[in-house]
Amino acid sequence: MDTPDLLPMSRRHLLILGVVTAATAVLPPFISARASAVNSSRPITTSLSLWVNDQQYELDLDTRTTLLDALREHLHLTGSKKGCDHGQCGACTVIANGRRINSCLTLAVMHQGSKITTIEGLGTPDQLHPMQAAFIRHDGYQCGYCTPGQICSAVAVLGEIRQGIPSHASPSLTEPPQLIAGEIQERMSGNICRCGAYSNIIEAISEVAGVNA
Amino acid sequence: MRPFTYLRAQSPAEAATLAAQVSGARFIAGGSNLLDLMKLEIETPAYLIDVNDVGLDRIEAAQDGGVRIGALVRNTDLAAHPRIRKDYALLARALLAGASGQLRNVATTAGNLLQRTRCPYFYDPNQACNKRQPGSGCAAIAGFSRQLGLIGVSDACIATHPSDMAVAMRALDAQVETIKPDGSTRTFPLSELHRLPGNSPNIENSLAPNELITAVTLPRPLGGTHIYQKVRDRSSYAFALVSVAAIVQKDGRGCIALGGIAPKPWRVERAETEMPNGAKAVVGQLLDGATPTHDNAFKLLLVERTLAAVLAQAREQA
Amino acid sequence: MKFDTPAQTNPIDQLKVIGKATTRIEGPLKTTGQAPYAYEHHDAVANQAYGVVVGAAIAKGRITSMKLEQAQAAPGVLAIVTAANAGKLGKGKYNTAKLLGGPEIQHYHQAVALVVAETFEQAQAAASLIDVQYQRSDGAFDLRSVQASGVEEKEQMADTLHGDFDGAFAAAPVQLDATYSTPDQAHAMMEPMASMAAWDGDKLTLWTSNQMIAWSVDDLATTLGIPKENVRLISPYIGGGFGGKLFIRADTVLAALGARLAKRPVKVALTRPLIFNNCTHRPATIQRIRIGATADGKITAMAHEGWSGDLPGGKVELAAQPSKLLYAAENRRVTMRLSTLDLPEGNAMRAPGEAPGMMALEIAMDEMAHKLNIDPVQFRILNDTQVDPVKPERPFSQRHLIECLRTGAERFGWDRRHAQPGNQREGRWLIGMGVGVAFRNNLTVKSGARVRLNDRGIVTVETDMTDIGTGSYTIIAQTAAEMLGVGLDQVVVRLGDSSFPASSGSGGQFGGNCSTAGVYAACVKLREAVAQRLGVSVEDAEFVDGHVRVGEQNLPLRDAARNGELVAEDAIEFAELSKKFQQSTFGAHFVEVAVDSATGETRVRRMLAVCAAGRILNPTSARSQVIGAMTMGVGAALMEELAVDRQLGFFVNHDLAGYEVPVHADIPHQEVIFLDETDPVSSPMKAKGVGELGLCGVSAAIANAVYNATGIRVREYPITLDKLLDKLPPMS
Repeated sequence: MDTPDLLPMSRRHLLILGVVTAATAVLPPFISARASAVNSSRPITTSLSLWVNDQQYELDLDTRTTLLDALREHLHLTGSKKGCDHGQCGACTVIANGRRINSCLTLAVMHQGSKITTIEGLGTPDQLHPMQAAFIRHDGYQCGYCTPGQICSAVAVLGEIRQGIPSHASPSLTEPPQLIAGEIQERMSGNICRCGAYSNIIEAISEVAGVNA
Repeated sequence: MRPFTYLRAQSPAEAATLAAQVSGARFIAGGSNLLDLMKLEIETPAYLIDVNDVGLDRIEAAQDGGVRIGALVRNTDLAAHPRIRKDYALLARALLAGASGQLRNVATTAGNLLQRTRCPYFYDPNQACNKRQPGSGCAAIAGFSRQLGLIGVSDACIATHPSDMAVAMRALDAQVETIKPDGSTRTFPLSELHRLPGNSPNIENSLAPNELITAVTLPRPLGGTHIYQKVRDRSSYAFALVSVAAIVQKDGRGCIALGGIAPKPWRVERAETEMPNGAKAVVGQLLDGATPTHDNAFKLLLVERTLAAVLAQAREQA
Repeated sequence: MKFDTPAQTNPIDQLKVIGKATTRIEGPLKTTGQAPYAYEHHDAVANQAYGVVVGAAIAKGRITSMKLEQAQAAPGVLAIVTAANAGKLGKGKYNTAKLLGGPEIQHYHQAVALVVAETFEQAQAAASLIDVQYQRSDGAFDLRSVQASGVEEKEQMADTLHGDFDGAFAAAPVQLDATYSTPDQAHAMMEPMASMAAWDGDKLTLWTSNQMIAWSVDDLATTLGIPKENVRLISPYIGGGFGGKLFIRADTVLAALGARLAKRPVKVALTRPLIFNNCTHRPATIQRIRIGATADGKITAMAHEGWSGDLPGGKVELAAQPSKLLYAAENRRVTMRLSTLDLPEGNAMRAPGEAPGMMALEIAMDEMAHKLNIDPVQFRILNDTQVDPVKPERPFSQRHLIECLRTGAERFGWDRRHAQPGNQREGRWLIGMGVGVAFRNNLTVKSGARVRLNDRGIVTVETDMTDIGTGSYTIIAQTAAEMLGVGLDQVVVRLGDSSFPASSGSGGQFGGNCSTAGVYAACVKLREAVAQRLGVSVEDAEFVDGHVRVGEQNLPLRDAARNGELVAEDAIEFAELSKKFQQSTFGAHFVEVAVDSATGETRVRRMLAVCAAGRILNPTSARSQVIGAMTMGVGAALMEELAVDRQLGFFVNHDLAGYEVPVHADIPHQEVIFLDETDPVSSPMKAKGVGELGLCGVSAAIANAVYNATGIRVREYPITLDKLLDKLPPMS
């Protein structure tokens, strides 16, 4: 891949920044923020079809639209949450082609033809997925904002262990990983819960997996 | 995020050619770092060339007994591959210590190598950063630098390379294969991929414009005990304060690479001759010339103690 | 309803629904992604536009110029709000810094503009095209350097000077004099601050994420300079708050201003990298604690002196406060000093005051126990008090701290702890146990509710109370079900809407007790109305199984609403009881840690909390409150710190990668025990709160366990490995 693009800068901007470099000990009195030159700012749209929860949607989207924003703002599937928009919390976790991903860090346009499962596709209030029911039983949530991501992740985690994918917590790389709490805790660590329901979440997942937490 | 044109290439050659035909192109595969930076307008490509359809997603045995890893192999698949688990455990362990399950599912081999620093001043467009805006200065050196580098750094930049995978690959003597827009290919050691910052920290690697990484190859297995020890404040989903990748043979010799302390995976081959003499002797050479800040000076001792623990563990396992 | 004498037996004491472990009634919505949060009300109003906030690039100074032309010309842009076109704005009672800055800048990332556009992508791209020039001015960014300038804030916390501390301390045969520090911390709730505003003429409706609806209606009306009758706030689901959403923030005000300017509904969510400096945080503290004791462990002198900083006009962090009440001592000095800092606004975060205060105090108690060679559990038991030590005529309404400590010690296996630190090893790991007392006062706040009964026997509760993950929906439903003798499936709970009666809101761990007491009051009225409609005496009526029983008569409850819905509204108002009694909640935290002897990494292996906090209305959600607080305490002990750039004046690690909070792998299985307690002084519910109690003292228990494991005493939080490394045993 090529060397990183440099932000184009106006001459004026360079001069101001030059002051910053020269005066490391004394803070520059004047600073200029975000005086960035414009490249073309016209949005570029593209047509695509997304398969979400076994339903096909035809969309015209700005190429910049993330999968998460396509789900939330265009399909109004707001179960997938925006917690950080930078892959640092896991609240946006969905399952794409059988694998859990952060939907905030991928573009919708990259998912032409992908099969996406969101929390809405796992179950409904009247027909809960076993993982959703277990979260309710074990009180594996509080404010509920990270919960859809936790549940999507949990469903995928059990699949990953079944498929024999190792984790940082696996004592051996040559033996298949075991269904134990330590494995689940490590694999779920990309889903932050600030309310701190972790202990209950592990119990819920362990129950669905049929292990003792 | 700035508007961009999205293109999807069907082969590596086509991707490189496409990129050369336009101005301001970036390749995108997993996107987990590039999109992160595009949202902050730290990256502002006019064209995104999606390389997910170009193949390069296989792990194959190489003729020399080694292994060839396609540039698009996802971190999860690489860590889970039986051959990697058996013969290159160091690499599997490093991958599994990195990021989260979700990120490993999309992050690719080449993207992981080319990910950019996590220096918080680089990530904040209001702050002076020579890597982001050449000539603007470095706010990190006099600022909060606990996470940042102490060797291979310069007065212009003390950012670290954040990869775990690359540290293991460096210890394993990996080679990088690329293709250029003119169709030519080349292979070179991973040690030559990442550049030290010097006066131009914005130039991070030795790739030519629009040159595309196609694969990483590992030489035939080295045997020995493989240990990747990552040290961090929380137990998971965090970048390394320090990481030690070590392959230790029964006679106590081997190789060592470090993460979390330098702008590239840090390895000094001559330091490895000291391995039978213990961690202190190795670190004396490995970190010779280090220029830590007040905030990150603890990493000197941390490297030494972590390496000592790794060598002790290797002796036990041998 | 006035609550001015201790509660007698009442229908809540039946405990048919209250006190039973109950899964959350909104659980099916939350677990399926159907519960709508602030940014997700797509159907509420048509034609929604997107707003993106621009934050200031300097910590302190002035905007010298702001060029909007490029942004205004950018595709899709509908409006740009800045201080120049926002009109005159007031400042809410609960805000320290202005929510829209310019030309003066008070802190880093203070909002300076809102860009409104057709799409989120367009608004975000245009926001970066605004060209702002600043002139910096000098600021104070380092607490230590301004500590000496701190002043007493008499209204917030006057000095407590009791007896002769100096004399008693000097005379004490065993003394401790130690200084501790706690860093700035972030709430880091998972849902960003978010609001959607829509104007209908001069009426404003805001869908938002806010813990205190009534406060925020007032503050928003004040800020915008409009009558509060014209403001409606709707906040049915809140993705975490922890105090960060007690007050209106920039998203709320700017959504309203943006919608007015764009003449369209506008929704605004603060981006994660903006939140840490744009919003409030828990301020850092420095705390000096001196304890003097007799050789047999009786504390004779206790001084707890603290320092914190905030923007001008801001608040002091009441860290020393718990030392007024927690332990007996004849001679006492408790003081806090506030200095001016130009960092972002400090304000309440879960257990304000007590959380950082107990982080220090409970290490000090551990240090003192070691000096005295007394078991740390026993040392605390020795210094228990059943009365306010400064006003001995004022007893605690309930205080079961000793039982908490004894129960916890037994259940945790405290007797297996090695008294001598650094003596237990498993391979590379050094193992240690620690204890810390939990202590948080119980506050009482007026709270109202409306209860409706329809002809199908459905009971609907309406109150502006919020559920921030605390379990309000469920305990309110339990309260109504208990009072009216119906099943939970017969109760509908509607929360977080300013068109409902004003409640206590969610804060200070008072929400559970006070809001249910308000529902209790409304239900008492509804029971009277039902009895009247059915022509029976309310004194003789029993509300059971959807029926009203009077002697032989067994009338269906729904019959009372046969000729029209019955509606009753009331509020609980608390009177003088808090003067006669000190109301507090207590607990004991026990923790076992393992410290890597090579790297200094600390991992928590076991955690137990024992709490005595009045009646536990719902053991399921109460337990969750406590384990959540214990988790936050792990973060505070081991990793959480907003890193201050002391030159540039901002929190550097302003995202969720840089500001580390605990992840799954950091948290072991957690145990919680609630002692059987009812407190008739607290309310007719006889309950108190646990949501903040669970955080108090747990970080110190971890610090004490690290000491027990390693023999290294760290007095500066968080206890990161760099603070242990050079004192760990040499590597062989």
